[in-house]
Amino acid sequence: MSDKIIVSATINGDPTDILVSSRDSLLEALRERAGVLGVKEGCNDGNCGACSVLLDGRLVNSCLVMAAEVEGSDVTTVEGLAEADHLHPLQQAFLEDAALQCGICTPGFLVAAKALLDENPSPSEHEIRYWLAGNLCRCTGYDKIVRAVQHAAETLQTTS
Amino acid sequence: MQDLRYAKVSTVDDAVAALQAGGSTARVLAGGTDVIVQARARTRAIDMLIDIKGIDEVLQVAFDADGGLTIGAAAPCYRIYGDADVREHYPALIDCSTLIGGTGVQGRASLGGNLCNSSPSGDSIPAMIVLEGRAEIAGPNGRRTVPVEDFCTGPGRNVLEPGELLVSIHFPAPAPNSGAAFLRFIPRNEMDIAVVNAATQLRFDGDTVSWARVSLGATAPTPLFVTAAGEALVGAALSDETIAAAAAASKAAASPIDDMRGSIKQRKHLSAVYTQRTIAIAAERARG
Repeated sequence: MSDKIIVSATINGDPTDILVSSRDSLLEALRERAGVLGVKEGCNDGNCGACSVLLDGRLVNSCLVMAAEVEGSDVTTVEGLAEADHLHPLQQAFLEDAALQCGICTPGFLVAAKALLDENPSPSEHEIRYWLAGNLCRCTGYDKIVRAVQHAAETLQTTS
Repeated sequence: MQDLRYAKVSTVDDAVAALQAGGSTARVLAGGTDVIVQARARTRAIDMLIDIKGIDEVLQVAFDADGGLTIGAAAPCYRIYGDADVREHYPALIDCSTLIGGTGVQGRASLGGNLCNSSPSGDSIPAMIVLEGRAEIAGPNGRRTVPVEDFCTGPGRNVLEPGELLVSIHFPAPAPNSGAAFLRFIPRNEMDIAVVNAATQLRFDGDTVSWARVSLGATAPTPLFVTAAGEALVGAALSDETIAAAAAASKAAASPIDDMRGSIKQRKHLSAVYTQRTIAIAAERARG
């Protein structure tokens, strides 16, 4: 048996009440109950990082979080990165550096990279690769992603 | 996912009561990085998750220069490797907590969960064994402690009785002139399950090794406390001979399986190599 639960959380800045099942993961609740479709399902067992979100500012795999757990929490998905019509410097850098092809992994990479730059504004290439090791991309070969994160870090440093 | 109920508790007593009421298909939820996967894949019969993260005691990372370190069973890896006291006094815990899963997994996964999942390859367990970790368990009959090396009883099995949960793991304060290290062998750089992992702690009296503990993972049905390897090091200065004797003891103690990650022969060999390498790093750290 599963229960119906109303979860109150702040999703991308908006206080939101979602009716979830006690068996829903945060990933399922975001996509199927809250209509937040930027977060992607890849492996659904914590290996690929496509479902990366920030939970109270901390990078997590939303497939490995129960929806019921996020009561009172702050959740950020890729939809929460841009401000109005202005892309986040990471999104701009991913576009300019061609750091995506099919795009399925991209929301997870953007959220994971944001978590990195929030904590470490000028990471080394090694630190970027190590931090992003839990995000898989089968198209780009990673080099362009790493470069885009470096460029975004430079942009954020010069504009802040 | 199969039907699954969720309850959050805010005291250890409530957790014990919920586990008793839930029976054998209720499980503790800490970081969820193993148990949610198991519930979803139905590799275990789980119909109730009891979230213990409302309990302050299971979230603590508390160091005291005399008393040592207490890590709550649900304290996530990022808080452990982000803790200045752990970094200074328990670098072997940094070695393992920084390589379990990716960054997103480390945002949730706990050493307590790694221990309770009781995988033979659990990456935090050898380090906790050589650091003399003691598991504090709460249950219907009160509290008890179990040395980490006695906690796992088989793949996915451990000493927890019905109604019991792991509350915390305690480590004594590091002795003077001591050092510890953990290493894992995987065929890539990150994000893999150990072919073999190993940990060593050494204490020195001058140049003489006065005390030593060695542990191996992924080489037997449970992580191993290899007492013979430690004994091979004690009473003499570190030398090629004593290190080779310890490595040989580890190789002899390992009783691994053949599987997709490695063969018996490779794992036996790696048991010796990783014993040697963790001895070298532990010795370097002991010398400061």
